[in-house]
Amino acid sequence: MTQQTPRSRLSAFEAAWVIARRDFVAVLFSRAFLFFLLGPLFPVIVGGLAGSIGGEVQREAVSFEVGLAMSPDDNAAMVAAGEGLAPQLGQALPLLRPVPEAAGDPAFDARAFMEARRGNYAVIVTGTLQSPTLVGTEPQIARWQGPVGLVAGHALAAEPTAFPSVAGEPVAISAASERTTRIQTAQIAQMLLFLLTMLLAGMVLSNLVEEKGNKIIEILAAAIPMDAVFMGKLFAMLAVSFVGIAVWGLAAFGLWSAGGDAITQVTGFDPANLPAPAVGWPLFIALGIVYFAMAYLLLGALFLTIGSMASSVREVQTLSMPVTMLQLMVFFLAAYTIKQPGSALEMAAIAFPLSSPFAMLARAAMEPELWTHALALAWQAFAVLVLVKGGSLLFRKRVMKSGGAGRDKRRKGLKAA
Amino acid sequence: MAVSEQNLSGNLAEGFNAIPADGRPLAIEARGLVKSFDGTRAVDGVDISVPEGAIYGILGPNGAGKTTTLRMLLGIIDPDEGVRRVFGHDRPHDIGRLIGYLPEERGLYPSMKCVEAIAFMGALRGLPLKEGRKRAVELLERHGLGHAIDRQIRQLSKGMAQTVQLLGTLVHQPRLVVLDEPFSGLDAINQGKLEMMIRALADDGVTVIFSTHVIHHAERLCEGVAIIAGGKVPYAGSVEAARDRIPAQVRLETRAREGAWLSFLPPETRRNGDFLHFPLPESGIEPLLKGLIEGEAGILSLSIERAGLHDAFVAIAGEAAARQLQADSEGAAA
Repeated sequence: MTQQTPRSRLSAFEAAWVIARRDFVAVLFSRAFLFFLLGPLFPVIVGGLAGSIGGEVQREAVSFEVGLAMSPDDNAAMVAAGEGLAPQLGQALPLLRPVPEAAGDPAFDARAFMEARRGNYAVIVTGTLQSPTLVGTEPQIARWQGPVGLVAGHALAAEPTAFPSVAGEPVAISAASERTTRIQTAQIAQMLLFLLTMLLAGMVLSNLVEEKGNKIIEILAAAIPMDAVFMGKLFAMLAVSFVGIAVWGLAAFGLWSAGGDAITQVTGFDPANLPAPAVGWPLFIALGIVYFAMAYLLLGALFLTIGSMASSVREVQTLSMPVTMLQLMVFFLAAYTIKQPGSALEMAAIAFPLSSPFAMLARAAMEPELWTHALALAWQAFAVLVLVKGGSLLFRKRVMKSGGAGRDKRRKGLKAA
Repeated sequence: MAVSEQNLSGNLAEGFNAIPADGRPLAIEARGLVKSFDGTRAVDGVDISVPEGAIYGILGPNGAGKTTTLRMLLGIIDPDEGVRRVFGHDRPHDIGRLIGYLPEERGLYPSMKCVEAIAFMGALRGLPLKEGRKRAVELLERHGLGHAIDRQIRQLSKGMAQTVQLLGTLVHQPRLVVLDEPFSGLDAINQGKLEMMIRALADDGVTVIFSTHVIHHAERLCEGVAIIAGGKVPYAGSVEAARDRIPAQVRLETRAREGAWLSFLPPETRRNGDFLHFPLPESGIEPLLKGLIEGEAGILSLSIERAGLHDAFVAIAGEAAARQLQADSEGAAA
């Protein structure tokens, strides 16, 4: 019965593309987006500067101080050798100080001393000049093994031809199982995913409120199907988010390149020490990007529905609160299930669309199988489609109720009453 | 979608709620459209048929269901019951490129340049951006807005912004243009320009449907109207037929105030100052004239006026709807 007019409509993809292109360009080239980009950079820059200053302070006051808990003669020889090398090597050498608590105490336990976080030493040197041992955290041992060996060599002979090998006695616990160490990677990845999603999905919220404020939503709804409008907006905002992440990533990389050591010193966190995920770093990063996209689209579809139904920013805030709380809860659920692989709770976290990306990213850190990710991604994509369809239906049913004049008339009537 | 399949062909077009199609295919056919919101029927069984190339008005007071009817015709919302077809298609989005729509609540992106806004609206209807920009420049220049091509929408006056939006509605050269309250917010000069634009579209074979609560616009422009009140359409058809539905009105001025001649006037006679108004009796003017002369009324003036659309509206939709329409019209003018 229906006539076929060739090319008489845009395909859903073309329609979504028209919306996405407009939104992407409009958001990207707005002043507000610049401020949005700069927002998270402020604390990073301030933190970086503080870290840098703190690092300097640490370098000068604390971190370069190496405790000596050898025999008094060896201590004195080490200090003298250090002073002798200092003019040539400067800050490459640690400040060597005998540990007062170790003086005259043959039973001094450097390991217990460090674990009790007493003193303020990067490492403590025990043993003899011929066979020194460093007690401290692994990164600190790695950092000071060479310089301490050099000083010990000079303490043994003014012009040494051989240097003693320096043993390490790590204080930090690193002998846990592979699974246990990967939990750290999983947790950090989940947290990053959650923060980025919450930070960036908020943009979607205000998007349709703006459209309604501009009264352009009806033009869009008349021209193309509402689900294409929703899809276009979602993908535009996702693309904008990737731009944001790229900018922040580059800024973080720049900061790290400039002061990574200082940041590690201050925070005690070194990404290089993160345990490798089960699927390997390249695939893990790729999956992280895809799961971010899914988490964003899922949350964005919910927010878009809310935004489309709200008529003011205040209404948006009120309506979005339950969704934000829900998202927080599903994040906690996904975080909680990291330590319960294969449990019913983990399966529930994977099956529930909103928590699925978080749970699956953690799984990528812990388990090497890949087919589960293909399945989960298909499920999440299906959930995105359902949410978008549901949101657009709700919009058509609940929002496009009356003409403006009718509404005005009723409002006036209410006021008059 | 609760739209049932019904065979509309040859039904509405020849029925009561139709204007003569004269062999023209129908641009719009709608039958029994019903839409409820929260249990309240906003539109209750609307029948409309509009032949291609016609200018058609949907006339009614605010809140009568005009916008909801237009939204159903355009597929923005689906009817709870009834059938609608646009150029024979059940789903208007399937022929989006053939339709242009100006909603009542005008909307444009404030930071967009005029040329981009028009091109974007064309792109929504499938017009490539490059072609859209080219046509936008032509349209803006043709309508005296050549100086505003690269201006942002927020820098325009309200009237200019409305013109830009209207041009965006037309940039993809639609075959059907639907305008929701297009005259509201325009001054008299721009209303005149819009009337000319609508006539020009119809001359080019474009079907134009617009809603209004101002009778004069419908009367001046439309070939057909649907009178809508309380969600129902008591009349849909040609303007001429609507006017013919009530008898011509006689306006009489006499020297005498009392006398036997008064018995010749119909009971519906109303006095308005020096004038008496009453419908032309079915028996015609001659017996009435004879009675007035013999009764020594002293006729000072007598005129027979064909009923206007306003009179038709009062007769069809009722006094209450007419009063509301009048109030809306005055409110809009104010």
